[in-house]
This record gives sequence, structure tokens and C-alpha cells, in this order.
Amino acid sequence: MSQTAETARKAEHDDVRKRWLLSAPALAIIFMASIGPLLVVVVYSFLTPGPYGDVKWAFSTDAWISVFLQRDIFEGTLGIADAHLQIFLRSVRLSLFTTIATLAFGFPTAYFIATRPQRTQALWLFVITIPFWTNLLIRTFAVQEVIRNEGILNTALVGLGIISAPIQILYTDWAIAIGMIYVYLPLMVLPLYASMEKLDFRLVEAGYDLYATRFRVLTRIIVPLVKPGIVAGSILVFIPSLGAYVTPRVLGGGKQMMLGNLIELQFGAGRNWPLGAALALTLTVIVMVALLFYVRYAAQSERRHG
Amino acid sequence: MASGRSNFSIRHQPGFTTVAVLCFALLYLPIVTLVVFAFNAGRSVAIWEGFSLRWFEAAWNNERVIEASIRSVQIASVAAVVATIAATMAALATTRTRPYRGLTFKYAFINQPLMIPEIVTAVALLIVFARIKVATGYSGLGYLIVAHTAFCIPFAYLPIRARLESMDLTLETAAADLYATPWKVFTRVTLPLLWPGIIAGLMLAFVISLDDVVITEFVKSGGQDTLPTYMLGQLRRLVTPEMNAISTVFLLISILIVTVFFFISRRST
Repeated sequence: MSQTAETARKAEHDDVRKRWLLSAPALAIIFMASIGPLLVVVVYSFLTPGPYGDVKWAFSTDAWISVFLQRDIFEGTLGIADAHLQIFLRSVRLSLFTTIATLAFGFPTAYFIATRPQRTQALWLFVITIPFWTNLLIRTFAVQEVIRNEGILNTALVGLGIISAPIQILYTDWAIAIGMIYVYLPLMVLPLYASMEKLDFRLVEAGYDLYATRFRVLTRIIVPLVKPGIVAGSILVFIPSLGAYVTPRVLGGGKQMMLGNLIELQFGAGRNWPLGAALALTLTVIVMVALLFYVRYAAQSERRHG
Repeated sequence: MASGRSNFSIRHQPGFTTVAVLCFALLYLPIVTLVVFAFNAGRSVAIWEGFSLRWFEAAWNNERVIEASIRSVQIASVAAVVATIAATMAALATTRTRPYRGLTFKYAFINQPLMIPEIVTAVALLIVFARIKVATGYSGLGYLIVAHTAFCIPFAYLPIRARLESMDLTLETAAADLYATPWKVFTRVTLPLLWPGIIAGLMLAFVISLDDVVITEFVKSGGQDTLPTYMLGQLRRLVTPEMNAISTVFLLISILIVTVFFFISRRST
């Protein structure tokens, strides 16, 4: 009796060991080219910048201090790092704006797809996802061509006599916002659709039976029921927006920086690798907090709805 | 009274269809414009001057474009195959089991590349690979392949895991009952059933690697441009429809792969 229990335990032990061996290659590769380097970034953020980039092996917390504060060269006092703060705030502002705009466009679109006949829903979803799986750079480039001064938008507006001279959109915050909305819209539509697809329209019908207006049905029944989708979509759009690098680089033209570009600058012309490392970790922490918030929310709503 | 309400649809919301149609239109407008002007005879990307294939010809004769394209495909092929093999093994190890110690850890580990902003991974790799390059003197494509493989694993893992979770162990148990060796069970039962998931994962990984800009831009050594990083470099200048032509071909390939992926994963569910 105890011998069978013993064999069973040994079998289970062997099984777990086999499963560790099987997953070892994937874990090793990710450790080598993702998690490991991230740990090195933590170390680098506590070192001193070298004269030609790279670092000197001397401990220093200067990088972390200068993420938020800057030393006044004349008085030697510490103040808020205005330049960083400005870029930081712009990143948050643009990301929030992108999230709200994609929600405003994505909500009706997801609703439209979810209320199509069952057969055609997959097709509509496919139509939304195609641009998403095509190259991000190409999509950004496509937006650039449309909004540039000589692009079709300005050409058309001038041609129609609506404006007399092309409006400068490219290389402004607006350009970055338009680009990010365009690029991340599918990330909003997909989770919204996923929760709208499960929407029980008997509840909507009950609302109308009780003389609710369309607006009231929308705000009191539909929105609360698809809230998990709204939260998921918002997180999915906000996170990549905050870390965006390609879109601000191409559409902001290097003048309108976001966090991603500020980080790059420290490894290029800025020659301050520790500061770049500290900024990168700051971004990572913000993203992690947003993710953690989402995971907790998702777990909570799962428990509520079984 | 009743006939007055017969047109009333409980699913309708005013303006939603308009916004949705507008969305679909705006989503495709830039892409369609991009493709149309690839065929422009003139140098403009906004004023149509007649149909021509000259920009495709220009791209075809541009040595740097061809070189970058070949490099992109090389990296994506190796990275996608290695990532898919590793992801398949990992998926087999993390599905169809009772929860064991370290399972959650494995999930988090495998999905980690998806959670960290790409720019952060990019500078992290820059730091580490710069040191290794100096220490070993090797500066070949290996760095790019390892980096791509790592971020391809979670993408390959997703469809394979989904497929595995929809397969129960009945057939495998039956085969084992009939005295099949574990290896035979795997090659004759598990693998054929899992195949659609593996193909889907492979294609997803290939597209993701092909599309990458940020990590490649930071990891590549001189003269190691992939097609996306080459394009990123060109966008700083005044662009000609040659870029549209390159993008059009690139788009076509991506859409083709995604379409096949879509049909495979739809058939398998």
C-alpha cells in the first residue's frame, strides 16, 4: 500500500522534473536575451557615466537623482528636472489622450462588430486585425504620408478651398497622437469585442421594456456589463503608448520627444548610460504598476461573475 | 401600436454604425493611399501623375534594399524556427497537468518579453551585447537572432498552448494502453494533433520577427540593417514612392501570412 503511494509520488516527481527540462530551452533563451539584460540595467543605473558612453565601475545614485531632480550649475542646489518632467508629462498626456480617443472610436466599432450576424463577425474582426499584424513602421509611415504638408490630407483640403495653406500637422504632438490612435486602435477593439460578444441582450430588452431611452440603456446597462473589456482595452493601449518609440520618432521628428526617445537619447548623443538605465527602469515600473492593477481587477471581476 | 414598434431594434445605438464605418474607412485610408502611390509615375506621394512600375523597379535594383530584405528573412527564419521549437516544448511542459510548483513562475517568465516595453529590452540588450562584442570580438548576426528568438517565444507559445489545452489526454492514454512507447505516442498522436497550433505559432513568430524595428535598431552592428531599420533610416530624408513600393511588397507578404494563419487557427478551433 505504502509502496504504491511511494511509486505514485516518484512518478509525479519524475513528471515535474521532465516538465522543467522541457521548458528549460525557452526559459534559458528568455533569460539570456530579456530578463538577464534587464538585471544588468538595474546595475548600470547605479554606476557612473563613462566619458564616451558606457560606464565607469563606480557606485553612484546620481542617475536616479537626476531622473527627477537637476542640480543648478550656478547655485549647486537641487530642483525639479524640468526637461525630464516635461517629456514625462507629455508621454502620460499623449498616452491618456490616445487611450480615450481609441475608446471613443473603438467602442462603437466593437459594438458594431458584436451586433453583426454570427457568420460575418469573424470577417469583420479579421478586417480590424489585418492592419494590426502589418508592420508598425509601415503603418506609421502611411500616416506620415497622409498628414505631411504635401500629403493628400492637406492637398485635398487646399484643393477644396477649406484652407488656403497647408496646416503643419507633422512633427507636432497632434501627429504623434493621430499616429498612436491609428496604430493602437485594434488593441482597443479586440478586448471590447470579446466582452460585448457575451453581452446578454435580454437585459437590454428588459431596459427598453421599462421605458429606458437608448442613451440610458447604453450608460446603465451596456457600459457596466462590458466594463472588463473597457479596462482591458484601455490598459492594452495605454502601456504601449507610454513606451512608444517608433511613432514619436517618425511623426514627432525628434523634436517632440516621448519617454522612449528620451531613453534612447541617453545612449546616443546624451552619453549618459546610467541615466538612460534609470529612465528605462522608471518606465518599466510604471508599466508594471498598470499591469498589476489590471491583473488584480481582472481577478476580482472573474470572482464576481464566476 | 405594435406595428409602430416593429422596426425597433434593441441592438441599435444611434451613430454607432456611422462611427464604425468611419473607423474602418480611416483604418484603411492611409494603407490604401500608400499602396496606390507606389504605382505613381511621378515623384510625389500625393499628386497622381499616371501609372508606372518604376518605383518597384528602383527598389528591386537598390542593392541595400535587397540585402536588408534577405537579412530580415534570414533572421526571421532562424528565430521563428528556434522559438517555435522552444515554445512547443514549453507548452507541453505547462499544459494538461495538475498545478505544480513553479508553473506560475514559468508563465510569467515566458510572457515577460510581452510585458516590458520594447525600448527597455532594446537598451538592455545594447548594454549587454556591447560588452560581449568587445570581449569576444564576434559581431555577427547571432546577437540579432538570439534577441529575436527571445521575443518570438511568447508569440509562438500562445497558439500552441491554446491548441494543447483543447486536446484531452484520451488518445494518448489509449495509445499508451496499446503499448506504444512514449516517443511513439508523441510522434504518432500528440504531434499530428498539435500540428495546426505549431504552424500558427511559427507563422506568428515569423511575422513578429520580420516586423521588429526597435530591438533590431539597438542590437544591430554596422551594416546589419534589416528591412524595417533600413526604412526607419530612410524616413528622415525626403521620401520618394520607392518607399511606398517597398512597403507595398512588405504589406502583401504580411497580409498573406496573416490570412493563412487566420484560416488555420479558425479551422482548428
